[in-house]
Amino acid sequence: MTTYLLTGARPLGGDPTDVLVADGVVAALGAEASRGSGVHVVDADGLVLLPGLVDLHTHLREPGREDAETVESGTRAAALGGFTAVHAMANTSPAQDTAGVVEQVWRLGRDAGWCDVHPVGAVTVGLAGEQLAELSAMARSAAAVRMFSDDGRCVHDPVVMRRALEYVKAFDGVVAQHAQEPRLTEGAQMHEGVVSAELGLTGWPAVAEEAIVARDVLLAEHVGSRLHVLHLSTAGSVEIVRWAKARGIDVTAEVTPHHLMLTDDLVRGYDPRFKVNPPLRTADDVEAVRQGLADGTIDTVGTDHAPHPREDKDCEWGAAAFGMTGLETALSVVQAVMVDTGRLTWSDVARVMSSAPARIGRVPGHGRPIAVGEPANLTLVDPAARRVVVPEEQATASVNSPFAGRELPGRVVATFLRGRATVLDGTLVEAGASVERASGRHGAHA
Amino acid sequence: MRHLLSAADLDLDQAVLVLDTAGQMAATQAREIKKLPTLRGRTVVNLFFEDSTRTRISFETAAKRLSADVINFSAKGSSVSKGESLKDTALTLQAMGADAVVIRHQASGAPHTLAHSGWTHGAVVNAGDGMHQHPTQALLDAYTLRRHLVGDGGRADVTGRDLAGAHVAIVGDVLHSRVARSNVQLLRTLGARVTLVAPPTLVPVGVHAWPAEVSYDLDEVLATGPDAVMMLRVQRERMSGAGGGFFPSPLEYTRGYGLDARRLALLPDHAIVLHPGPMNRGLEISADAADSPRAVIVEQVANGVAVRMAVLYLLLAGGDTARGRDDGGAGRAGDGQERTDVRTDETRVHA
Repeated sequence: MTTYLLTGARPLGGDPTDVLVADGVVAALGAEASRGSGVHVVDADGLVLLPGLVDLHTHLREPGREDAETVESGTRAAALGGFTAVHAMANTSPAQDTAGVVEQVWRLGRDAGWCDVHPVGAVTVGLAGEQLAELSAMARSAAAVRMFSDDGRCVHDPVVMRRALEYVKAFDGVVAQHAQEPRLTEGAQMHEGVVSAELGLTGWPAVAEEAIVARDVLLAEHVGSRLHVLHLSTAGSVEIVRWAKARGIDVTAEVTPHHLMLTDDLVRGYDPRFKVNPPLRTADDVEAVRQGLADGTIDTVGTDHAPHPREDKDCEWGAAAFGMTGLETALSVVQAVMVDTGRLTWSDVARVMSSAPARIGRVPGHGRPIAVGEPANLTLVDPAARRVVVPEEQATASVNSPFAGRELPGRVVATFLRGRATVLDGTLVEAGASVERASGRHGAHA
Repeated sequence: MRHLLSAADLDLDQAVLVLDTAGQMAATQAREIKKLPTLRGRTVVNLFFEDSTRTRISFETAAKRLSADVINFSAKGSSVSKGESLKDTALTLQAMGADAVVIRHQASGAPHTLAHSGWTHGAVVNAGDGMHQHPTQALLDAYTLRRHLVGDGGRADVTGRDLAGAHVAIVGDVLHSRVARSNVQLLRTLGARVTLVAPPTLVPVGVHAWPAEVSYDLDEVLATGPDAVMMLRVQRERMSGAGGGFFPSPLEYTRGYGLDARRLALLPDHAIVLHPGPMNRGLEISADAADSPRAVIVEQVANGVAVRMAVLYLLLAGGDTARGRDDGGAGRAGDGQERTDVRTDETRVHA
């Protein structure tokens, strides 16, 4: 395995230092990180070194919708986005509701080799919200599932939700809820408010999310279990989670990059790229989720990377699918709205995009400190770079990025998965490929 | 203006221009030979994804009176029912050389998408999209209001006039109504005051941003003496108790928001009653009200043809006149000469 020396890197945005990556771990730091023979030197002067990013919320679409994404294409995108571990959501076809399917997805991820793939198990059979899936079998499978979700749908029956929360305690699992009261969102197309009233689109009220979040934190408290709120999007939800945490309830929450940046004003052009579940909210909600992420009420940034084939978005609003891609732009969006505005430090970014999701998802070896002996799951970022998002140039198999045409800051220069470079100089490194060929101005052999 | 997608597309000058042009078109319709050569050689496609016989016939009549070739495309029984997308349908129509596409669609925003996607190069006219907009309905309503409320009750020339000072009450299912959305915008553009009247369940969240007042009490609004009352159709298919339940019963709705003889009598003498049709007699409007001399509902239908002729003319043959009213032609300021242009000057409008 190639040994790498990252010269002048800034761990968590701190002081520059050299970092030696050897044998899958961080082998040395500072003066100890010497240039031995055969060491591949990466000029990391001024670049920020983070623990490899972990996403709790990725849709890889395989099995069933390989036209939108495969485990291979999705994890390539993840590596380019700086991720070393992703959680693959359960709403595939067939759904990931058995040990067999989660093992299949886990093996596809392992064979692809771009990042660790942790399948999310469905809470209920077929995501139907009625009968608990075999959660224990999925937990005991090779995929060692710890996170369960019917994401895409809400576990709306309070009894089923209670039983799920209770049941996963046996194997330290967490139920990740897609908070959407179904009756209040029948036919909903966008956030309910001034813009929906103007556009004549059925509104998706904030209270439809908040009612479920409120119910679930109380259920989690009642049964003493772990709850994770997926893609929280409203100011009210932030308040409820803040209250729940103050009360000592074991709840964590996530916000997506797009809910940190975009508002429902964008829907005025009826561009289906902006159609997403939960919907883009108001500027007040965006401010609230930014504040929530800054003060720790919201624990993680989850991409909700939701690829769709072109034909599912190249149509009128009403017929278009919900969802946006996000793996390759997540870090840039977080930098733009949270770091460059002074709300988060790079150390905070490491927390919300790596250590916290790794802890919530019970992912071993990820989200660890950048310290000697720790697994070398690392992401090297150039915060000074800027780029215009061109979806067609991305690795994901779909092009439904809401950031297409926008200039965003930051660029993932390198990603290391257990010491192997999956990305160097912003380019994917195929397994077994020569590092020299893959790396450009940042790379040289000592 | 390349397309007509929303009442909000029209500023005051453009709106008055359309109304004035409609007036000229209406004048031609009183003649024995109603057909004008204006759009000869042009093709207008009526692309209807949602049933609406009266709107389709109105557009078809308007286009034919202007001598356009008309193709009616109904989603029922067409390739759409076999799964063809709006995009492919539009590309087909484009290949066939449609100069204008009049689209009715159940999805809000579909005309907007059609106009901005590059799927067709023709003008797009929104003939009603979901709960969003129905701009030609708003224009025909405004045209009807102007005829009755402006220029000494229609006895003087109303050319160039707007609706400043008029008070219109729009009553009923505002939540689901593209007619209400279009009318609020256009009536405000024309200077009218609008009051929306509905039970709270049928008023959209976000209505506070609209340029209209909101009341839950019809009798109270009628007591203020509105110049016109525009009744909206109660969309029965949306009102089932299990799925909608927007009000407890038809009878309770009628008690609160139905226009009957008693309420009709509360109106000032000059006030008129409008309804976009089709009516639910006995629910939102009684037979007494629907058939009263104040009701201009049948006239609205006739005015619809003139307004749609004006819209098609301005989009397809108006040239620069569609972008302003200062260049003669079918412009707002003139009368006799411009009318002559519209009627007979084929060379000019084809130039």
